[in-house]
Amino acid sequence: MPKMDSAAGWRFRPEYILIPALFVIIVAAWEGTCYFLKIPSYLVPPPSMIWRAFVAGVGSGSYIWNALYTFAEAFGGFLIAAVLGLVLGALIAQSPLAEKTLYPYLITIQTTPKVAIAPLFVIWFGFGITSKIVVAATVAFFPILVNVIAGLRAIEPDKIELMRSLNASKWQIFRMAQLPNALPIIFAGLQVAVVFSILGAIVGEFVGSKIGLGNLILQANTNLDTAGVFGALACLSIMGILLHVAMTWLQRRLVFWANDASIPTS
Amino acid sequence: MVTLSIVSSNSPAAGRSAPVIEARDLVKLYAARDGRPIQALAPVSLDVKEGEFLAIVGPSGCGKSTLLKIFAGLIPHSSGHLAFRGRPISGPQRDMGIVFQSSVLFPWRTVLDNVLLPVDVLKLPREKIVKRAYELLDIVGLSDFATRYPNELSGGMQQRVSIARALVHDPAIVLMDEPFGALDAMTRETMNLEIRRIWKESKKTILFVTHSIPEAVFLGERVVIMTPRPGRIAEIVTTSLPAERDLDAMSSAAFGEQTRHIRSYFNSRGI
Repeated sequence: MPKMDSAAGWRFRPEYILIPALFVIIVAAWEGTCYFLKIPSYLVPPPSMIWRAFVAGVGSGSYIWNALYTFAEAFGGFLIAAVLGLVLGALIAQSPLAEKTLYPYLITIQTTPKVAIAPLFVIWFGFGITSKIVVAATVAFFPILVNVIAGLRAIEPDKIELMRSLNASKWQIFRMAQLPNALPIIFAGLQVAVVFSILGAIVGEFVGSKIGLGNLILQANTNLDTAGVFGALACLSIMGILLHVAMTWLQRRLVFWANDASIPTS
Repeated sequence: MVTLSIVSSNSPAAGRSAPVIEARDLVKLYAARDGRPIQALAPVSLDVKEGEFLAIVGPSGCGKSTLLKIFAGLIPHSSGHLAFRGRPISGPQRDMGIVFQSSVLFPWRTVLDNVLLPVDVLKLPREKIVKRAYELLDIVGLSDFATRYPNELSGGMQQRVSIARALVHDPAIVLMDEPFGALDAMTRETMNLEIRRIWKESKKTILFVTHSIPEAVFLGERVVIMTPRPGRIAEIVTTSLPAERDLDAMSSAAFGEQTRHIRSYFNSRGI
């Protein structure tokens, strides 16, 4: 592995203090505003109340179970989107004819708000986990596809010429040059897609479901249990952050030569 | 100094006199945007002799890179006859190595794995050639960097890796397309000495394209002068420098006279 500056040792940075300090200030201001302005808790609950709802949700196992369910939906959708995005993106990048043929359809699908199709998926695939996986996959698919195509195209002509000068087959050029060369850009797409897949799963649950964090939010909302809504939202944030961290870790390992390539796209 | 333990398998059957590359009346036409043909190469005839260091010098746009790419089988020629060891060239030859202007290293491969890229593409037995790869890294002075990655190397070192890569599959001829054009002047001089040494130790045929007249005279046994629009060979100069060359050779009278001769060729035509 190449030497990494960040691994040289732990060094104090101002943000290590500033990040928690800002958190404390926001929470205190929020709590104070709710208390002094006597804002009803069904409108905006104070952080202390959200914390109690969160602890109760975790304690009863309800958050864990529902979060796992939502995670399974999002991750399943993400995996399907990743496989489809890679295969289709590779085909489109290799063949100008395939691109010209598929392009208008892809634009049509991309410009249609996927959220608007979610009710259809519930009709087709039922109230269970399948419809949510399909919604998550649909939403996560495009950032991956677009970045796979852009990444495979981003290769310098010299690299292709080098491979061609060695009489490399199309498959060899793809496997040994284009694909590894595209990985930094593909990973930027995967980073976006992993967040989108959670979004897709929640939308699917909003349309119709019995389990999941989205379902929990809807239930709490109906009961004017606003603290419960915030508690479930906190769960979603934690899930999103964990997925992001996991992807970043994977990216550092697989794309070690381009650690600063996580340009957000889409 | 290391010599390659693997004796070149490319000993010519027809003897030393047979050219490695034989070009007769090569013409290259491009289609312009408006569809009119543009002539990149006027009929060009050239023999690249076995084991020689042949330099091609000319201003940008004179078709020297086009000629090299046609030799490499990367682009087709429009008309004329082109043969590699007596066989017509219709595509890339496994018996050629290419060094580009940039090093074109794969950042995800270590230095050693970059050198071994041709071995992987040509599906040669890696374990047999790894030793040779190390010897080549030794020749280019990078044996301590085998397990490093390209982004840890300087530009000159990266270009030396790409030279080792061009030699690893034991090609008969190495084509170099302005390989030191992107390097600073001092690194470039060092690399010129290195490439002469590598040429002598590896006993390869080298075709070296450059737009630097001093570089062409210093490196080449013969220097092909090309002029543009359309690219044609104006003259082929046989250099009179000693076989053992150091940078002092650049201040010799013969060197000055030959660079002046070539420069006057371009000056008189307003190039």
